[in-house]
Formats: sequence, structure tokens, C-alpha cells
Amino acid sequence: MIKYLIEKEFKQIFRNRFLPRLILGFPCITLLLMPWAANFEVKNINISIVDNDHSSCSRRLADKIVSSGYFKLIDIAENYAAALENIELDSSDVILEIPDNFESDLTVTDKGASLMISSNAVNGTKGALSASYLAGIIRDFSAELRRENPSPQSAFIPVINIIPQYRFNPNLDYKIFMVPALMVMLLTMLCGFLPALNIVGEKEAGTMEQINVTPVKKHIFILAKLIPYWVIGFFILTLGFGIAFFVYSLMPAGSFLTIYVFSSIYVLIVSGFGLVISNYSKTMQQGMFVMYFFILILILISGMFTPVNSMPWWAKIITVLNPLKYFIEVMRSVYLMGSGFTDLFIQFIALCVFAVIFNVWAVLSYSKKS
Amino acid sequence: MNVIKAENLTKRFGNFTAVDAISFEVKKGEIFGFLGANGAGKTTAMRMLCGLSSPTSGRGEVAGFDIEKQSEKIKSSIGYMSQKFSLYGDLKVYENIRLFAGIYGMPEKKIKVRTDELLEKLGFQKERNTLVKSLPLGWKQKLSFSVAVFHDPQIVFLDEPTGGVDPSARRQFWEMIYEASSRGITVFVTTHYMDEAEYCHRVSIMVDGKIEVLDSPSNLKKIYSAASMDEVFHRMARKAVRNET
Repeated sequence: MIKYLIEKEFKQIFRNRFLPRLILGFPCITLLLMPWAANFEVKNINISIVDNDHSSCSRRLADKIVSSGYFKLIDIAENYAAALENIELDSSDVILEIPDNFESDLTVTDKGASLMISSNAVNGTKGALSASYLAGIIRDFSAELRRENPSPQSAFIPVINIIPQYRFNPNLDYKIFMVPALMVMLLTMLCGFLPALNIVGEKEAGTMEQINVTPVKKHIFILAKLIPYWVIGFFILTLGFGIAFFVYSLMPAGSFLTIYVFSSIYVLIVSGFGLVISNYSKTMQQGMFVMYFFILILILISGMFTPVNSMPWWAKIITVLNPLKYFIEVMRSVYLMGSGFTDLFIQFIALCVFAVIFNVWAVLSYSKKS
Repeated sequence: MNVIKAENLTKRFGNFTAVDAISFEVKKGEIFGFLGANGAGKTTAMRMLCGLSSPTSGRGEVAGFDIEKQSEKIKSSIGYMSQKFSLYGDLKVYENIRLFAGIYGMPEKKIKVRTDELLEKLGFQKERNTLVKSLPLGWKQKLSFSVAVFHDPQIVFLDEPTGGVDPSARRQFWEMIYEASSRGITVFVTTHYMDEAEYCHRVSIMVDGKIEVLDSPSNLKKIYSAASMDEVFHRMARKAVRNET
């Protein structure tokens, strides 16, 4: 019996003029564009330098800052007030003020120099990052100077060098962090929304009633709705692997098998969730909005864009109930860290529980009687 | 032998009593006309008999099964054609037949043979691969009916099957009903075309959720000394106090 129902679902999907293109186009566009656009790296920071020293040393520092690639020199300002004006006009993001006697303080009298960084913190993240990038460059610069003029005094000053080593993503490439998470989002959107709209569509068309008057079993009907989205989920995932490899040279550090197993559970969760919503919705509009409401919240508190650890306690409690959170953890750790099954046991149990709950709920909430 | 039995079958939606304690029986092989004005409660009553809706009170039996407790068993012995066309428009003619036959558990080979027979009988061979949504209304209704009786149900429920089609298509449709009846299928049909009521073996007329009369068309005409069922119906319908909904 189920064979005929699944056959019907596939025919309907492929005969739809829009769905096959969506299923193909959505993953491609998301994975090709989003990692470049939705990026937390701060680049092209506009800087105003107030150079009161006009020495070769201060010029060298300015050159070094510009050549780092993160900063764009907007102007060399006369004084601090003029530079601040640039910040107020939003043409500049950071001011670096170099005091007079900068060079002589450093090289001749050897008493050390102070620089002032003022950063526009309207966008807090960008402000803080610009200041710390700049501080890093200056630290580098001072080390350079020290090597060039080893003064007898400074030779005895112990210097602590901190060399950060970024594990699993050595260049802090935000794209590598985003690609696995975007795949999760794709599975969520496509495998969640499509089945949600599917059953409501049948209700609106009246075909649901024709099915309800047949002896078809509830779980068979729900299963026949789930299986096609399961297959679509696998297709999207494989497409995602392909794009991740060919465009971002990203291969999962862990095994494909782990990802496929977890994904197959995850697709069941979101499709089951979509089916639950469709069972309670009378119209497409209703189904669409309820689905959108949940998906938006689930994505925002999944840890996809912002780390779960920095959320307030109440949001952390919600994340425990968020299947997306677990799956993003799985994807990132398998892709970047090469985690295997044993490392992801908690996530595995959590996802299985969600899958069972949503699909049992979907079967129970589907009523053949009104 | 009675294949449909209703005893005080009632359906309330809030304060509104759509079906008010109706009792009747339908014999095996009968063509039973279930008449009534719009909003009289015909569709609601039929949906309860088909197990699509639970009665508020009263009980009913279809094909020997209780409509409340054994509705899923009823579903394998009935066919149903709703007022609104409800085959899959994006499936082809033969695919719709195949789907529903498959759901009713008909074996694959039998489906193939019977589909060919059916398409030939309907003269639909050329439309075999046509998407159902592009068929004209009269054809869609013929196909809906054929799908509803394809699995040889004991009873077929037809909810205003001929709404909106021309007289000749309606006539052809009734020929199909007779043919199904001759195969032993009991036909339970709602309509508000009174000429169609004449084709039924027995008819009931529902007014405001209650069954006012139930008899054969010829007896009804005698009792009300009316020339046609149309006249009988108008006398009954005049009693209605409920507004059309």
C-alpha cells in the first residue's frame, strides 16, 4: 500500500514546476553565496592616524598598519579633533594617535612610548575587534624594533610572547565555520517547510478527504509523506558535500558515514515537525507562519551565529530543547574536528528522542475524522 | 438485508444541530436517494456514515460495522465521491486509478487489467496519460465515480455527484450508477436534481436536519398526489425554517 503512496508523492514533487528547482537552487545559492556574505570577519576598517611625530618610525608604523590588509588609511589628521570629526561623519572607524617624540622615546631615550587607539564602538563587535587587531599590529611593530636595536637594558627585560594556535580552523576562516552550519539550515528549511505545506495543500485541495475515506493506516500515510523528504534530505546533503569540497576545499575531518547517519535522524525530526504543524493547520498561510515562527527561533538560538555559551540562562534552557543545536554541534565537530560516534553519543540520544517524539506526534495528531 | 442502518444519528456543531436524530435503513443493492435543500444536513449525515466525522449521539452501522468504533473497517467496504472534485489533479488518469486501487489493496496485476477495461468502457483510452486537472468537469466526475467503485465496494456514497454538469452528462452518469447497482453495489446518493430522484429506488427528504419522508418516488407522488418528485420536494422544503447556510 505504501508503495503507491510514495510513488504518488514523488510524481507530485517532480511534476511541480517549482519544487525541483527549489530543491536544487536553494542549496546552491545558500552555499555559494552565504559563506562569503554572512561573515563575522572584520575587514576594511577605516583608520585615521594622527601623527604628531612625523618621524620615519611613525611612518613605518603607518605603513605596517595599512599593509596588514585589515585597515584602510582614510587620512593622516592634523590633530585628534580633526580625526574625531571623521569618526562622527562615519568615514572612519578607528583613530590612532602617535605622540611627538615617539621615535626618540623609543630609540634614543629608550623609555618606551604610548599610543592611543580610539575605536568607534557603535557596532560593539567591530569596535572591539578593530582595536585588538590594531593593538596586535603595534605589538608586532614593537617586537620588530626591539630586534633591530637590542639595547643593553631591554635585553634583560623578559618578554612574554603569546603565540595563539587556533585548532581545527588555523586561519580562523569564518567560511569553514559557516558551511557545515549552513547545510543544517538547508536541511531544516527544505525538509521542514515542504512537508508542512504538503499536507495542508492536500487539505485545501480536498484530496485529503478522499484519502481519509480509504482504509489507509495513519502511520502508513505519514510514513509515505516522510520518506520522500528523507531522500531529498540526502540529496541536499550530498550536494552540500560537493560544493563544500569543490568551492571551499572542505572535506569532513570525520567520516561521511557519521554525518549521513546523524542527518537521516535529523531530517526525520524536521519533517516530522513540519507534519505536526500541518496537521494542526487549516490553511497554507497558517501552516507557513507557524512554521516560520518556530524555525526562526530555532535557528537564532541554535548556536549557528552566536555561541550558546554566551546566552543568558533562560535561552540556554531553550537550546536544550532545540534539535538544531545538537545537529549543528554534530556537523561542526565531525566536519572540523573529526569527531566520531563515541564523541557524539549525547547528541545521538537527544536527536533520536526528538525524532521519536515528533513522528509519534505527527501520527497521533493526524486525524482521519473531523 | 440492510447495509446501512442509522438510529437517532445526531451531529451538533456548538448550538447548531446539523443532523437531528435521523433513523433509516438502506437495503443491499438499493439506489437510495438522500434529498434535501442546501444546508439540510445531507453532507454531514453522509460524512458520519463514511467515518469522516463522529456522531454527537445516536448510532449507525454500515456494512455491518459500527460507524463510531469500526470506522476504519467500514472504509474498506465503501467508496466515496465528495461534492468537491478530489482526485489528484497533478496525477494522470491512470495514475489516480492506480493510486486508489493500490490503497484499497488491489493486487498490481489486477489493477493493470481492470484499468484497461475501465478506460475502454469510459472511452478514455486517449486520456490515459492526461493530467486529471486538464479534463473537463463531466469527465472528471465520471472518473471520480469510476475510482470510487473501482475496488468493488459494497456501498458507494455519492455527494451531489452531478453538480454543475449538463443534462446529457448527467444522464450518462446515471447510466453508470445503474450499471454499478446491477453489479450489486448499494448506491447512496445525495442530490437536489428532482429528475434524478425519480431514478432512485427509494428516497428520503431531509428538512432542517430531520428526515421528513422516506419512501419510493412513486409512493411519495401518490401520497402527496403530486405529478413529479419536484412537486413533492417543494411541499417538503416549504416547511424549512432554517436559513440556507
